[in-house]
Amino acid sequence: MNRLDHIEGVARRDLPLFRSGDTLRVHVRVKEGDKERTQVFEGVCIRRRGHGTSESFTVRKVSYGVGVERIFPVQGPVVEKVEIKSRGHVRRARLYFLRELKGKKARLRSKIRDLSSLLAPDATAPGSAADVEPAPAAESAEKA
Amino acid sequence: MAIELLCRKIGMTRIFDDKGEAIPVTVLEAGPNFVIQKKTDETDGYTALQLGFAERRRKGVTKPQLGRFDKAKVAPQRYLHESRISAEDAAGYEVGQEIKADVFSSGQRVDVVGTSKGRGTAGVVKRHHFRIKKFTHGTHEGFRLPGSIGPGTYPGHVIKGLRMAGRMGNEQVTVRNLEVVRVDAEKNLLLVRGAVPGANDGLVRVRPAIA
Repeated sequence: MNRLDHIEGVARRDLPLFRSGDTLRVHVRVKEGDKERTQVFEGVCIRRRGHGTSESFTVRKVSYGVGVERIFPVQGPVVEKVEIKSRGHVRRARLYFLRELKGKKARLRSKIRDLSSLLAPDATAPGSAADVEPAPAAESAEKA
Repeated sequence: MAIELLCRKIGMTRIFDDKGEAIPVTVLEAGPNFVIQKKTDETDGYTALQLGFAERRRKGVTKPQLGRFDKAKVAPQRYLHESRISAEDAAGYEVGQEIKADVFSSGQRVDVVGTSKGRGTAGVVKRHHFRIKKFTHGTHEGFRLPGSIGPGTYPGHVIKGLRMAGRMGNEQVTVRNLEVVRVDAEKNLLLVRGAVPGANDGLVRVRPAIA
């Protein structure tokens, strides 16, 4: 698949090193008409699958008593940025058991306090949108 | 008739469009193709370009063939193919000319002709989409067999053309009306939406869509 690498472009390095069990704040680009704004989807990452351009992750949250899961592409421009709120102590990669749990049982023990080691490899301040912006833009320019 | 390029299928991947939606694409290496010979009405009774694709060693071709490549001032090519083309269009090409992916433009529709993957001897389920028999309700063995192939003493033979097991794949398949998502003239790549027949590294032909 190496020959496809230059099509797929460079993998984005502006996302923190999150994995399943982490509580994430995913900043999603939303288009309404011709206006674009950012929406935050906050929940637990219950799965991260695939590799390369097809890598995706699933975030689950409980909204007004209803479980909501959203699947995001890791490389897609829809995901503007991701923040890790906490790292959960989990012993498996797919946290489907959370679907069966409610309330206090559906909590994950936090593993570490200091999240700075999980920051994005390339962004000095991954929290700021300004740092995130150039990466997808450069990528699309290269593809075009 | 427009030109038909020889390409190599590199593989499939996905790219994201400006809306952030993933598009499944097949990456095709579009040559470079070289014009080896021009066939004209006067000499051949029809107009066409003979195109060569994929360089090979000089020792890999016979001397008579080598003479043809040398005449066109082109390195020996592995594949040769004739592309029927109108006389007016042919005027724009010269022998020895290099033709690259940029004869196509993004948004354009193309037809892709390739050779499908060979499946060997395949049963009727895979080959003709027959239904698999029920695993329950008393079925005994033969889940993937065709069942009855016709009546008995009258007519006393199996009707012609009945679909049965046999060789599958490894035949020419044309996929029409695929969208060219992106053209990379520099790397000589075509990105076509959707799947294209054949295995990776297979030879395919790409031409502008007929309809």
